[in-house]
Amino acid sequence: MSELAITVIGRDRPGIVADVAEVLAGLGANLTDSTMTRLRGHFAMTLVCVGPAAAEVEAALAPLAADGRLLATVRAVTPDGATAPAGEPYVLAVHGADRLGIVAAMTRVLADAGGNVTDLSTRLTGSLYVVVAEVELPAGSSDAVAGRLARTAAELGVGVSLRPADSDLL
Amino acid sequence: MTAGYTGLGDWTPEALGVPGRVRPVVSAPEPVLSRPGPEVDPTCEEVVQLAADLVATMRVSPGCVGLAAPQVGVSAQVFAVDVTDHPKAVTVHGTFVLCNARVVEATRWKAGREGCMSVPDLTGDVKRASRLVVEGALPGSGAPVRLVTDGFEARALQHEIDHCAGLLFLDRVAGAHAIYQRKVYL
Repeated sequence: MSELAITVIGRDRPGIVADVAEVLAGLGANLTDSTMTRLRGHFAMTLVCVGPAAAEVEAALAPLAADGRLLATVRAVTPDGATAPAGEPYVLAVHGADRLGIVAAMTRVLADAGGNVTDLSTRLTGSLYVVVAEVELPAGSSDAVAGRLARTAAELGVGVSLRPADSDLL
Repeated sequence: MTAGYTGLGDWTPEALGVPGRVRPVVSAPEPVLSRPGPEVDPTCEEVVQLAADLVATMRVSPGCVGLAAPQVGVSAQVFAVDVTDHPKAVTVHGTFVLCNARVVEATRWKAGREGCMSVPDLTGDVKRASRLVVEGALPGSGAPVRLVTDGFEARALQHEIDHCAGLLFLDRVAGAHAIYQRKVYL
């Protein structure tokens, strides 16, 4: 058995999840963690599953992609790869007029501070661009990171906030 | 209680003594929405007119339960709230306008879905205190006011006080998947 990272993306229509999941189930590939969502009319699936060799899965998905409406990729990945040490969880929110490089500049500030983005989503609605990221920061670094984020946001002309994420209560 | 603070009494927008004019509402990414507003002199004529205009604009906007000065393009700590007849409201203080308001007690934090006239296409999950004490000043008389409220009205007050500080609900969303495309427009 191998661990596989699979991506599928295509113009949204009813049945994409069912079609892909059916192929995977037919091969005995067990779906573990996944995200599946609609992005501006495209449906994007990113999934990790445990199953047969990558080539076999890729061949089985090929008919779905044959008409060019879906793009599927399959790669073998190392199971239980090294994970970054958990830091303190924060939520970063950025909003402002859309322009090139907002995500690049803001996440570079996080990366340079040793911060690890664990989840991120962006939305463009009209001219408003919104980024919300969940990030783990090295202990005790949040004040300094918030200061650097504020300076970078000011240069970009966008608003930024960094707040502690909700912790698990039980 | 801070000395000198009282409730709203029988205050209504008519006490402002000037007719309100409907002003255009600005949307993000308008920079005024991200700028902390300065404190105001609640007795100043300009602030009294702004207060009346906020009430008038709120009243003509369907589903609007609060409107802050930055939303009509004015960077200032003034906002109007009215949750009267809202099905989710428990404590209701009617229509009122506060200047220089600040939260003095906030407890019983609860998550809820919020939208905003200035972010018309998105909503988000935001944690707010459901028991709240706010102090501020009435426009016109400048009388100091202390409001004790809860639930929906408390949420509206925190949302408007945030506007006055240059913050949108987007700055307080719970996580990367806590923003939604609005499906129902009021």
